[in-house]
Amino acid sequence: MGIFDDELKALREMILKLGCMVENAVRDSVKALVDRDSELAKEVIRRDHLINALDVKIDEECVRLIALRQPMARDLRLITTAMKITTDLERMGDLAGNIAERAIELNAEPQLKSFKNIPKMAEITQQMVRDSLDAFVTGCSRLPYEVIKRDDEVDDLTVRNFEELLSLMIQDPKIIPLAVKRTYIAKYLERIADHATNIAEMIIYMCKGKMIRHTEISEEK
Amino acid sequence: MVEKTPVFAIQDFSIYYGDFMAVKTVNLNIESNKITAIIGPSGCGKSTLLRSLNRMNDLILSSRVEGQVLFRGVDIYQKDTDVIELRKRVGMVFQKPNPFPSSVYENVSYGPKIRGIKKKTQLDEIIEHALTRADLWKEVKDKLHESGMSLSGGQMQRLCIARSLAQEPEVLLFDEPTSALDPISTANIEHLLQELQKTVTIIIVTHNMQQAARISAYTAFMYLGELIEFGDTNTIFVNPYNKLTEEYITGRFG
Repeated sequence: MGIFDDELKALREMILKLGCMVENAVRDSVKALVDRDSELAKEVIRRDHLINALDVKIDEECVRLIALRQPMARDLRLITTAMKITTDLERMGDLAGNIAERAIELNAEPQLKSFKNIPKMAEITQQMVRDSLDAFVTGCSRLPYEVIKRDDEVDDLTVRNFEELLSLMIQDPKIIPLAVKRTYIAKYLERIADHATNIAEMIIYMCKGKMIRHTEISEEK
Repeated sequence: MVEKTPVFAIQDFSIYYGDFMAVKTVNLNIESNKITAIIGPSGCGKSTLLRSLNRMNDLILSSRVEGQVLFRGVDIYQKDTDVIELRKRVGMVFQKPNPFPSSVYENVSYGPKIRGIKKKTQLDEIIEHALTRADLWKEVKDKLHESGMSLSGGQMQRLCIARSLAQEPEVLLFDEPTSALDPISTANIEHLLQELQKTVTIIIVTHNMQQAARISAYTAFMYLGELIEFGDTNTIFVNPYNKLTEEYITGRFG
């Protein structure tokens, strides 16, 4: 069983590495937007293929472990969780790339005012991503529940951001092309937070063997 | 968990070999027309428990029991139990195929003949029916009078199943029925068990956890004579409650 334990450890490490890459991509894409740094944005887009490659590698490793080791119980839950959360992580990477693309477009135009919602959303979202990965490492704790709870804050900010931009657009229709891009970015961040929530839900499954997705019991002990 | 009236209600049941307590105060219900698997490491008492269900352990002189085994509500260990009748209703198939050293026909007709059935047409009917249920008829219908020992291992095991089925049992106990068989014969037997559960309640002891996972509805995990965990098979293999069960089925035991 020593070999299998080593393999599971290596699988965990690969997921953490993927998580780290995605965290960096999200952080840098937001930084590229806030600092108007298009070079950094291009860097995020360039690095995305590394995330994709690791996602594929992890999936292949999971299938190999299922076929050759026939995992049961907590091992089975770890591997199924790994397969699902890598998909979430990979999507987060794509969304970071989308933020970077919009950042490049926005950086070519004059700065819009009322910028505060996006950095606030980005901050919460990044914390959710970090916490969901920490929860994967530490296993059973309150952390995944905290992540799930914070998703509502991000959803609220997305709505508020849209309403504020909408009133700006009504006042000055010339800014519509830029404002629409800004709403896209908020939507991307909101989607990233959703993926972090998915990860947190799968961590709860990994720990407790109970699927809480699409239920109202995410606040249960 | 098991809601219907159980076929077997095993209550505070212990088995001793001399001073050694091989099965320790087990409580377990066996549901009708389902496959229940008993798993656990060697020496955990699973075969002993299985054999106690048709009193095969009576054959071991030093053995004695405490508690009750209710078969359809009646304690099989009470003094006036007709053990022969019990073993007819609760049949058993062993690890190594053990056909009698006689023809296929005689192997399957042995039980019915002992019961007093003599008419050839009636025996023929019983034999065809039993062999068909054991998924062996097509393979042996032209060699019914050849020796049962001349069949392949998988066929011999199905012959032993047919021999049990000829007694029209309500329950079949299987003690490692495929551990001496190749994977294809094993798959045939597993398929057969899934068919048979429609008409017979099945309890199987197996070392092969994947087999328990594949075919059973309920799984019992035993360790050092104790029933550690019993539940529906999916729960046992995906999210077991007990740490010992988890360690055993993930192969991290000891």
